[in-house]
Amino acid sequence: MSKIKAENVNVYYGSKQALFDVSIDIAEKEVTALIGPSGCGKSTFLRCFNRMNDVIEICRVEGSIKMDNLELNSRKLDVVRLRENVGMVFQKPNPFPKTIYENVAYGPTIHGIAQSKEEMDQIVETSLKKAALWNEVKDRLDEIGTGLSGGQQQRLCIARAISVSPEVILMDEPCSALDPIATAQIEELIDDLKKEVTIVIVTHSMSQAARVSQKTGFFHLGKLIEFGPTDKIFKNPDNQQTQDYITGRFG
Amino acid sequence: MNLILVTFIILLAFTSYYFGRKKALVIQSSQRLTALPKFYGYYLAAWCAAPALIIFALWSVFEPSIVKTFILQDYTDQNLTKNELQLIYTKVKALAAGTYTGNITNFLDESANKYIQLKGIANSAKVAIILAILILSLSFAYRSVQKNDRMREPVEIFLKWVLFVASLGAVLVTIGIVFSLLFEAIRFFQAVKIFDFIFGTHWYPAKTFVRDGQPDPELMKDAFGAVPLFAGTFFIAFIAMCVAIPIGLLSGIYLSEYAGRGVRKYAKPIIEILAGIPTVVYGFFAALTVGPFVKEIGNAMGLEVSAESALAAGAVMGVMIIPFISSLSDDVITAVPQNLRDGSYAMGATKSETVKKVIFPAALPGIVGSILLAVSRAVGETMIVVMASGLAANLTMNPLESTSTITAQIVVILIGDQQFGDPKTQSAFALGISLFIVTLFLNVIALSVVKKYREKYE
Repeated sequence: MSKIKAENVNVYYGSKQALFDVSIDIAEKEVTALIGPSGCGKSTFLRCFNRMNDVIEICRVEGSIKMDNLELNSRKLDVVRLRENVGMVFQKPNPFPKTIYENVAYGPTIHGIAQSKEEMDQIVETSLKKAALWNEVKDRLDEIGTGLSGGQQQRLCIARAISVSPEVILMDEPCSALDPIATAQIEELIDDLKKEVTIVIVTHSMSQAARVSQKTGFFHLGKLIEFGPTDKIFKNPDNQQTQDYITGRFG
Repeated sequence: MNLILVTFIILLAFTSYYFGRKKALVIQSSQRLTALPKFYGYYLAAWCAAPALIIFALWSVFEPSIVKTFILQDYTDQNLTKNELQLIYTKVKALAAGTYTGNITNFLDESANKYIQLKGIANSAKVAIILAILILSLSFAYRSVQKNDRMREPVEIFLKWVLFVASLGAVLVTIGIVFSLLFEAIRFFQAVKIFDFIFGTHWYPAKTFVRDGQPDPELMKDAFGAVPLFAGTFFIAFIAMCVAIPIGLLSGIYLSEYAGRGVRKYAKPIIEILAGIPTVVYGFFAALTVGPFVKEIGNAMGLEVSAESALAAGAVMGVMIIPFISSLSDDVITAVPQNLRDGSYAMGATKSETVKKVIFPAALPGIVGSILLAVSRAVGETMIVVMASGLAANLTMNPLESTSTITAQIVVILIGDQQFGDPKTQSAFALGISLFIVTLFLNVIALSVVKKYREKYE
């Protein structure tokens, strides 16, 4: 079942083209990994799904990206609604300089989801539990989120992202700033989350892509070189470039 | 004479730099150098200039007082007071320079001749000694260059001392200023009780003026109450902040978050031009344009408005401060990491929600710091209040009346004729040190707040 369908997406930064005719089908409630060498455009592509490229003044996106038949690359799109449905976790953990509680409650407050204090408490607790952080922070919800360890901060960001029950979560190298133990925790979390949400993850670590994803797309120089089931990409890719990258011959 | 000597030393230092470097290149042909050739040059130049200039400076400091002692020796048997001796010495100097127009006594004439003679000896001695030192230090330095001694360390040590002396100078000057303020203020407080100064509600130093003799202590008691001045200062600063904080902060937020690159490129420098306008221009703008304007509007509304209202002065001062707040808050807001913005936008927050809930709280300490700096600037501002807010120290909270500030009163006290040792004059120092303490306090808080803010994101 396809959740997001991108067709002929071209992205430009000013006069420089970053993505060339990328088409992809992202399946529902699966983990899709985007891999490729630095600067290949995989993060740029990821940011098309929640229109984060709008923030960059000189960035221009062409082509069609449909989520459940809703055209995302349209001027008329309600970006606030879209981002409520498509959460994002960034490379560097970026909790707000507020309390842990306020960090998680940020999204529900903005979108007016909770009707009462009890409901908000409930949302915060569930989100933190889903992000496997509840047991570590339940006694200090009023401490500043930036005081947590790197791995905890990243899980707090994941809790923040799932607090508004999005259908899709985008992860932009979520483990690149973390140690191996924290990375393992996040990967476990991704495995749990995919029961309920569709996850697209950009990663530099091929072993991570192999571990967590069902589908993998390989980007190179702004083009999607190969896209298919993770097993196939890693064991028996069709394309020579993919083969070279997977086996560590470049990138 | 002095100018020629100093120029000579400096020229010689430059020459020895080139000479030293050249010598190093010669040494290089036979043995390995201990440092780059330029260090040989620095070494020679430093040894050439530093000892000679130090001696020159010491000489210039001590020569006048030594000459003075010699001249006044002849007058020790006349039982003169310190002031009279000083007067005589001034006369002698004027006579020697040929600018004296009073009665010339024989005694004075003799002293003047002696003065000229002493000066001549001193000058020749100075030149001789400095030349000797130049020769000594240069030959010493040249010998170690010849021996190819280590050059890097002495040069580095020398530079360290140059930097140390520069910072020491800055620190000593600051301490000197504070202490001179303090001593004069202490003298003032010997005449006026510190309690009367801090808690008194009448400021009218002019009434202590008496032609001869000491003023009446009862009058003194009631003339130097600084409360109206402190109240006026903070009141006008408050009005200024009421103008500057909203406009400055909102424009800072606009510039950092909303304005496109094109707008920002032009708007920011234009706002900063406001900071470049001399305060005296703001002053007459306040006195001649805003003041009468406020009065007219007030009169039209049936209010009693003074032409020199606190409102006019405060409002113009606020305009002056806008660029401080907008520029500083723009900087601290821009310094909030982009990934916080991304995090907020990715949650579906709009721009205004992001500004209000994430960026503003994150930048708040820095903004508070910039506001405190602006307050201390407002409290210390002089020209606008002198020109626009009146000089009568009324204790009032009515923005339409005229009031006065600490800075304005210092100006009033110290312009025109004044008598040193008079409590009226000394009161300026007491006001000065109170102002200094207030602004110092504000600055310390502001800087510590800003520092805390920095630590948070590093």
